[in-house]
Amino acid sequence: MEALDPNKKIDIREVLEDLDQYRPKRKGWAWRRPVKDHRVGPFVLRDTSEVLKNSVPLPSAHYFGHIDPQCDFVITTEIASGRFEDDIRRMRMAAWHGADHLMVIRTAGQSHFDGLIEGTPEGVGGIPISRKQVRATRKALDAIEEEVGRPINFHSYVSGVAGPEIAVMFAEEGVNGAHQDPQYNVLYRNINMHRSFVDAAEAKTVMKGAEILQIDGAHNANATAKEAWKVMPELLVQHAINCAFSRAAGMPRENIALSTVPPTAPPAPKLWLDLPYAIALRDLFEGYKFRAQQNTRYMEADTAEATITHVLDTLISRMTSADIQSTITPDEGRNVPWHYNNILGVNTARQTLMGLDGLSEMIELKKEGHVRSMVREIKERAVLFLEEILETGGYFAAVEKGHFVDSGYFPERQGDGIARETNGGVAANSIVKREPDYGAPVCSHFGENVYGRGQDKACEAYGGCTLCDPSKIQFIDELDEMDNVQKRLERPLVEKDAGLLRPEVEWAGDGIVCVTLFVPEETRLAEAAALRMAEKMGLGDPEVISRRLMHPSEGTLFEIKGVLDVAVQKDELTLPKKEEWLPDEELDAFIRGRSIHVVGATVGEDEHSVGMREILDIKHGGIEQYGFHCHYLGTSVPISKVLDAAQETDARAVLISTIITHNDVHRINMKRLNDLALERGIRDKVLLIAGGTQVSDEIAKSCGMDAGFGRGTKGRHVASFIVGKMMGRKNHPAE
Amino acid sequence: MGLDQRVDDYVKRREHLKDMSDEALRDHFWGLVDRIVQPIIEEARTHTSPSIERSVLLRMGFSSIETKPIVNKMLEKGLLGHGAGLLVLELAQKKGISVREAGLGLMRDEYWEELP
Repeated sequence: MEALDPNKKIDIREVLEDLDQYRPKRKGWAWRRPVKDHRVGPFVLRDTSEVLKNSVPLPSAHYFGHIDPQCDFVITTEIASGRFEDDIRRMRMAAWHGADHLMVIRTAGQSHFDGLIEGTPEGVGGIPISRKQVRATRKALDAIEEEVGRPINFHSYVSGVAGPEIAVMFAEEGVNGAHQDPQYNVLYRNINMHRSFVDAAEAKTVMKGAEILQIDGAHNANATAKEAWKVMPELLVQHAINCAFSRAAGMPRENIALSTVPPTAPPAPKLWLDLPYAIALRDLFEGYKFRAQQNTRYMEADTAEATITHVLDTLISRMTSADIQSTITPDEGRNVPWHYNNILGVNTARQTLMGLDGLSEMIELKKEGHVRSMVREIKERAVLFLEEILETGGYFAAVEKGHFVDSGYFPERQGDGIARETNGGVAANSIVKREPDYGAPVCSHFGENVYGRGQDKACEAYGGCTLCDPSKIQFIDELDEMDNVQKRLERPLVEKDAGLLRPEVEWAGDGIVCVTLFVPEETRLAEAAALRMAEKMGLGDPEVISRRLMHPSEGTLFEIKGVLDVAVQKDELTLPKKEEWLPDEELDAFIRGRSIHVVGATVGEDEHSVGMREILDIKHGGIEQYGFHCHYLGTSVPISKVLDAAQETDARAVLISTIITHNDVHRINMKRLNDLALERGIRDKVLLIAGGTQVSDEIAKSCGMDAGFGRGTKGRHVASFIVGKMMGRKNHPAE
Repeated sequence: MGLDQRVDDYVKRREHLKDMSDEALRDHFWGLVDRIVQPIIEEARTHTSPSIERSVLLRMGFSSIETKPIVNKMLEKGLLGHGAGLLVLELAQKKGISVREAGLGLMRDEYWEELP
């Protein structure tokens, strides 16, 4: 695959080409490379890593020289669209915004699929994880990581009844991270517990061999418990069981990450409860990695509320520690995440972490008081939980008795835990005792084995397994003639080649748009009205995805999604001219060394002053900030007075504002200014610039001005024009 | 669900923990975890499963479509405890054919009488 060009869309056809031959460029997890006391633009940052080759900086970065410092935590985004061919574009956008851990959710039901799925069938709430989908995605990511200049970790799930096979396929295909936690199978997927743990030991050994970072599944207890803060003691227990089991299977601590979520959200006293919990966890699990997840348990449809909770979650990460900051899209409480919301989620973490840079050099947590006593209490409750597991007869017996995911604050029990039968569940009675001659002639195998003893490699007898010789990997293309990527791409590719564009949030050309409506009525009536309005806009299947009460009778704010079945022909569009304004530093450098006077006034019988003040005043970001000497003459100023002032101050530019357009008075004023300047013989010494809501560059020039500025003009645009002209630039930068 | 309920008796239950240092409490925590995990890991060491055996055959160069019927049949015949990989490799060695030829033969219902 050729190197990606930032100005070109990624070509899915190229990704799919020769896929049977593709091998991943690298294997294993990659951390960011921290840089201490990192000089980035005007600042020295403390908690950062190497910057990217290509990225989209935070929106305010242009005030600071377009810097885009990167935090020291790996940043995760989770993707669940069900179509890998569209996920690839989402991943590229996320990578440009600073995500380097891309987690692909599996399709509903894959846990119970007894074997590997092949081909590219469409998924529900995730993709069916198959070799072809994984290989295509890794191939695209290999190109994307070159484009952004940082390794990207690709991640999915090693769970269900085919864990060992999925682990092998991931090891072969260069997947870098995976969830693996047999407790998840048992508690949430009702897979037989003996089978889950026997399989898990093999899967973990394979993952260890491929240096795949493991993330556990304890966070699910947060997401399912009625009162999430009460499961804290159990969370420590679940983390510990998976950690100890993984280590017994040979996985080193640094490959094991705990998936941990601050359990609560405002209006609960979040830091009061969540911070001691985070500290207790890090105390007990020193040496392991921490994947700090954001809260989903208390997420509603309001994206602003979710974002604020996620900022607080990220604050807890920075106040304690994290290796990976996972992000949740702010729309997860309302729908399957839309691609641009992945970007918003990533930016929530990125912006928060940059803002908190250096925090630990300034603050320290109190060693006594609430934090200490709560940390101790959580640990003791977890110890009591473990003691009871042993008293009950071990882990399997405890699960059978419903010890886990009980909503009581242990030792309190509500009796509502998840109980599973030791010999029940999916794939019950499916483990087989190994005979004394048991053998598995492959690498990364766990347990009794007649092969690979001593110095011998287990796969030596037949020239090496696929982990040693990838050319032996069997690639299956498609098994279903109707449900595959080629079929799904038919319409998008035809439309792409025809130059058609549709709006989208998830899949190519899905047509989904979201409109925001405030309706000034009581909620029920307002909602019916809002939906009718969306229909009148032409939206198909309109649906309210968020409602926020402003007042019981004064009104409610709605967000409505619907399908806009409209395709726009690209070559029928007229594009506005590209604006190339001079950068602030260049403006500043040019103006500071000179004494440049500018005269400004609202002319004619016109009392509008706001527009001109915004262009001139330093307070409003006007041209004063660059060092122009501005002479503001006020409103309703006669044209002759404006030129008098220009001559007195030897001004290089005259700015007139003309808002009123009755009887074309704005044109008349511009013409008079030009005529009078010619008459006085100063026209070639002074730039004449007009502005106003109905003024355009075209109109202004036709009236003899050097330039005209309309709505949305900022001081820097005017400054750029003046300086550009003084530097000898021929044309208005907007031309 | 008919599971046991219990009021919070933490204060009474923690009597034996309350004077432990933080370090001793941590050691106790991990000691308990290791005891819980020990029998489970032992079961994993001495048992296998259809998915493990299919994953072994995958590593020996078979596709997912090929591993399934081979492992299913070994399970039916009560042979899986020897290991699917061992059975295929020993068959290949005995017949002087490649590992893939041996496995694909089993898939076609050949050679089964030559397995132990």
